[in-house]
Parts: sequence; C-alpha cells; structure tokens
Amino acid sequence: MHTQLDVNGRAYALDHDPRTTLLDALRDHIGLYGTKKGCDHGQCGACTVLVNGRRINSCLTLAAMHDGDEITTVEGLGEPGALAPLQQAFVDCDGYQCGYCTPGQIMSATGMLEEAKAGDPSHVSASLSGDVALDDSEIAERMSGNLCRCSAYPFIRQAIHSVEGKE
Amino acid sequence: MRPFDYTRAGTLDEAGAQLGKTAAVIAGGTNILDLMKLQIMTPERLVDIGRVPGLDGIEADGDGLRVGALVRNSDLAADGRIRAGWPVLSRALLSGASGQIRNKATTGGNLLQRTRCPYFYDPAMACNKREPGAGCAAKEGVGRMLAIFGTSEHCLAAHPSDMAVALRALDAKVAVRAADGSERTLPLDEFYRLPADRPDIETVLGPDGIVTGVVLPAPVAGSVQAYRKVRDRASYAFALVSVAAVVTVEDGRIARARLAFGGVAPRPWANDAVTAMLEGEAPDDALFRAAADRLTADAAPHPDNEFKLPMLRRTLVSVLRETTGLAEPSIGTDRTDAAA
Ligand SMILES: Cc1cc2nc3c(=O)[nH]c(=O)nc-3n(C[C@H](O)[C@H](O)[C@H](O)COP(=O)(O)OP(=O)(O)OC[C@H]3O[C@@H](n4cnc5c(N)ncnc54)[C@H](O)[C@@H]3O)c2cc1C
Ligand code: SF4
Ligand code: FES
Ligand code: FES
Repeated sequence: MHTQLDVNGRAYALDHDPRTTLLDALRDHIGLYGTKKGCDHGQCGACTVLVNGRRINSCLTLAAMHDGDEITTVEGLGEPGALAPLQQAFVDCDGYQCGYCTPGQIMSATGMLEEAKAGDPSHVSASLSGDVALDDSEIAERMSGNLCRCSAYPFIRQAIHSVEGKE
Repeated sequence: MRPFDYTRAGTLDEAGAQLGKTAAVIAGGTNILDLMKLQIMTPERLVDIGRVPGLDGIEADGDGLRVGALVRNSDLAADGRIRAGWPVLSRALLSGASGQIRNKATTGGNLLQRTRCPYFYDPAMACNKREPGAGCAAKEGVGRMLAIFGTSEHCLAAHPSDMAVALRALDAKVAVRAADGSERTLPLDEFYRLPADRPDIETVLGPDGIVTGVVLPAPVAGSVQAYRKVRDRASYAFALVSVAAVVTVEDGRIARARLAFGGVAPRPWANDAVTAMLEGEAPDDALFRAAADRLTADAAPHPDNEFKLPMLRRTLVSVLRETTGLAEPSIGTDRTDAAA
C-alpha cells in the first residue's frame, strides 16, 4: 500500500506492507537510523518521534495511519555543527552513557517541554490549574516513558533543566 | 504480525460496514498493535477510525460533557473543563501509561484495552480469554496482578484502565453504536460484562459495535475528588489497586459518596453497600474502617494477591479521610467549585 510521509521537512512516498510500523518505515524504508528500536512494545521510549508536533512511540503505530502527517525525528532537530539546544545540552551535561536511549530521550523532552509550556498538568502536579514548575520530580514523571538502561537519569534531568525556558 | 488488510473509514457508516467477526477497530493502536505483534489478536482486517470526523471533540451535553471516542487521553486530561469540574478524570488519566502513550491513546481505546494478565499475553499458556474452553493457566500460576472481585472459575483477570475507574465514580455512560446505526448510552456496569463462562466477551459491544464517546453527567458542585493509584513503581506501571472518589460533605455529614476501585476486578468495581454505609454519616475513622471491611468482605483472592485486601482497605480509608476533611489533601485530591 502507499503512504505519504513528511519527515523532517522532506516528502517521502512509501510503498509498504500494511504491517509496517512508523518506526520500521523511518528506519528500514527511509534510512533514518536515529530513531531506535528498544522494546517494540511501547515500554521504553527509544522510538519516540514527534507527529504533528506531539511526542508518540513510533513502534506502536502503523505507517499507514500517518498518511500526510509531519514527522520529526532526532535528525530533524539539528545536525552535527548545528545542534538544537537540547541536543547540545545532552552533550554538555553528559546525559548518556551508551547513547541508545538518547534520541528517544531528546525527542520526548522536546515534546514534553511544549506540553509543560502549554500548562498541561502531570501526575505529580500539586494543582491541576496551570502553572507548571519543572522541578526534578515533574521532569522525572513527565519523562517516565523513556527508560535508560545505563541509568543516566540525573544528567538527563540536568540537561532538560538547562534548556528549560531558554528557547 | 499476521498479515491483515488495512482500511481507513471515512464515516461511522463505512466503519460499521467494514467491521465483522474477523475485523477489528484500530484507534490509537497502542494496545491492539502490541497484541497483534505477539499474535494474541489476529484480525484479518483493521478498520482505522482515526479520521472519522466528529469523534475527536469534547462538547457540552446538557450540564455535562460528551467526550468523543477519538479524544486523546492527554487532551482529555488537560481540558480546562475536565480539570475544573471532573478532576478525578484528569488525575486518573495522568496516572496511566506515559506522556507518549497518552498522546496517542484514545478514549474509546482506553475503555476497550485488554487485560495485562501475563498468561493472556503468552500464547504458549492456556487462556479462556484468548481461546474459550482452553482453561486458565493463571489459576495455578503467578497471580499477583489478578482480580479479587467479580472473577469466575474461568477467568481471574483484572481490567487495567485507570480512566474507566474515574468514569465509574463519575457515573459516566458509554455511547455505543450498533451495526444498524442505532446508538444507545450505557452505564459502565452494563457496558462491561463480568467473565462468567465467556471471559473472551468483555463488553456488550459485539463484533461490529463502535464506541462513539463517553457522556459525563453534570459536575458535582462542591465535591472533593481523588484518584489514588498504588503500584510497584512510582510511574509508568499498572495499578495493583486504585481508588476513585467523588465525595461531598454538607453540614458535617457525607451527603454523597461515589467510589470506584481499579486493579481489582474485570471492570471498574463499585459496591453500593459501602456507599450506603457512608452517606448521611459524619466522617469518622471507625466508620471508614468498617466501610473498608465491608468492601473486602466480598473478595475472592488468588493465593498470590491476598495482599490486595489490606492494601485496598488502607487506600480507601486514606482517600476517605482526605476527601472528607479528616486529613490534609495530598496530590491527587482536588476540590471542585461550589454551585454558583
Ligand atoms: C507500556 C504501556 C503502559 C501502559 N500503562 C497504562 C496504565 O498505567 N494505565 C492505563 O489505564 N493504561 C495503560 N496503558 C494502556 C493504554 O492506556 C491503552 O493502550 C490505550 O488507552 C488504548 O487506546 P488506543 O486508542 O491506542 O487503543 P487501540 O489499541 O487502537 O484499541 C484498543 C482496543 O479497543 C478497540 N477499539 C478502540 N477504539 C474503539 C472504538 N471507538 N470502538 C470500538 N472498538 C474500539 C480496538 O479494536 C482494540 O481492541 C499502557 C500501555 C502501554 C503500552
Ligand atoms: S485469568 Fe483470564 S486472562 Fe488470565 S489466563 Fe486465566 S483466562 Fe486468561
Ligand atoms: S521501541 Fe517503542 S517504546 Fe520501546
Ligand atoms: S545511555 Fe545507555 S540506555 Fe540510556
């Protein structure tokens, strides 16, 4: 079947099996390997991308469901030499060890910061009425869909803190 | 995944016509694709309802709200009207899954997500829910996550949704469209079936029924609402037990108490006898303990999940203390506005 995807500002026309997930479309059809496959079951967050600006797990959705959608992967945020602030912050803060979870962490944090800016509450917000202060517990809760086998969590949170409110 | 045909429905009529015994709806896909990868669900056709117009809004319905089946869990949780008038629903949604999953998961899909019983997830094990008549491996197996209420000898599985527990405490109804296009709204206790001898049939929806939305009754003015979820880690885990409460205290007495319990039954669990013990009474620790004892008097635990009884009792007592003013409210307990 045929699906049109806009990935990082470029149009791709895919001819694919209906079973192809968005994750497999990005990696195996388009050749963008930044987006990682950790669990393939929605449990780790390594495959996080933005679809029309919102973070989702690309392993738990079919490419066919995204005909015409705008997808942003880690390659679309910035490139070596012109890194996005969050990418640079992960480098500066040592927000990784093996790096396998890192693209997912960065894409998830990108989406998460927008959600916080919009005033979306989280499970640990004292009040539902707005004003989100992204302290450690808020960041940990909002990023709980991204696991890090190397347990770089403190530096991941630090990297996210360091860009918060700066863009 | 087994091969399947993918069709995208443009309207509800189209979706209805494309459904049938060997087909399944896909909405967000976060549950059905997981199960299809493991070949636990093997539909021959997936009917994508994701672009059916008119199902993705939250609209006034009398003094209440009608939430479309395609409204994302994150959008529902963040909606200003929900946060102010039905905060227990926001809290329950925010306690479930992850930010990424909530951005994809839909209201209809959340209601219809399948159990997390480990034997249901393992095609090598006997499971009456997967294969009616095959037997139930959980009975002699590891039963930590299983239900303690409403089970049968054929299935002990718990319903995993947090959202549905809040909806039960809010007396919400599910809007269901039948194959002939007719629509009806059902309280959750009528929408969800108990397993009895057919644990594979979980709702009254039927193979070509479609959930079109959820109807919330008018907000309960001046209520205190709470969702408390107890789990194995602080985030991104299913409930061991959970309690949703919508409580109003007037003149020192509990005027109204709606309670629902998650992680403990094949559907959001409620117990009228417990409510009856509380309504009209002054908030009191001994009363709350007696109500909690009444609740678990009906429990039929698996040897591995007897811990859920005291856990549920203590959680209920704690939630009642906070929602009636005996204790300071903690995060997850919110007050709604008094009537204008
Ligand atoms: C890692 C992980 C952790 C999770 N943790 C939690 C948690 O803590 N708490 C919690 O509550 N949930 C949790 N979930 C489950 C999540 O909430 C569900 O996957 C989600 O709500 C399903 O919605 P969906 O739209 O993606 O459904 P889909 O996967 O699209 O569909 C689910 C089922 O519903 C049917 N269906 C969907 N919409 C309709 C409709 N309108 N009419 C008829 N049938 C329909 C489908 O055929 C399918 O059988 C978790 C999921 C994952 C993967
Ligand atoms: S408890 Fe239910 S879902 Fe689990 S194995 Fe038994 S029949 Fe299957
Ligand atoms: S690969 Fe998608 S969540 Fe793990
Ligand atoms: S840096 Fe290794 S998994 Fe996170």
